[in-house]
Amino acid sequence: MPLGRIRIVVSTDGDIVVARLAGRELAMQVGCTATDATLVATAISEVARNIVSHAGKGEVLIRAVPVGANAQGAIEVVARDEGPGIVDVERAMQDGYSTGHGLGLGLPGARRLMDEFEIVSEVGIGTTVVMRKWCTP
Amino acid sequence: MAVPILKQGDYLIATIQPEMTDSDAVHLRDDLMRRIGVYRSRGVIVDITSLDVMDSFAARSLRTIAHMALLRGADTVVVGMQPEVAFAMVQLGLRFEDVHTALDLEEGLAFLDLRPGA
Repeated sequence: MPLGRIRIVVSTDGDIVVARLAGRELAMQVGCTATDATLVATAISEVARNIVSHAGKGEVLIRAVPVGANAQGAIEVVARDEGPGIVDVERAMQDGYSTGHGLGLGLPGARRLMDEFEIVSEVGIGTTVVMRKWCTP
Repeated sequence: MAVPILKQGDYLIATIQPEMTDSDAVHLRDDLMRRIGVYRSRGVIVDITSLDVMDSFAARSLRTIAHMALLRGADTVVVGMQPEVAFAMVQLGLRFEDVHTALDLEEGLAFLDLRPGA
């Protein structure tokens, strides 16, 4: 089975939905349970909204990552933008810290939903989030 | 896509679609608040059976709807949350706080019928 790879440009709330639906579908394709697929879709929703709210425009790349011979596989999500960047990443990763209109749970919440989470942000350059979910059948 | 709202007696029933966007949620809020006044509704049921993802924005929207409806004299019950969605909400750290929930539409209607003064 060829491993899927999807790129979605996000700039509107409709794009957030497109990204999360695509993520769920790919997660199901690589053998994630419905529960894991929902966690992936929810995390994508949070990081994609972060792009729309703070940068205005960016992209979400979702791909299946092969893991070993008989393993199920993983989903990798890269969300990046060339927006204003985050001044204090450590603070942005704390629950309840929000500069937008959310609950301040977006980034820390996405980290809890996924198995791996990395964020790199530079003021004036942009933000990139890379997160992975290892799917167990 | 607009969220369909049915009027049933004293209650309004809104059925959330799987692809609900942020702006759909905002429209739903405004639409429900208007109809509570038009129909003098005493209860609101928000059916999320087919909702695939409850992220922080959707959760905040539902909380706002429930609190605004209460200020307008109507109780709100959120019904039909799928187990996977509930799990994701807990993992995400989202809480509904004082928003009433019920298993499905039937339980939601029963809940509203049992309110004092219903």
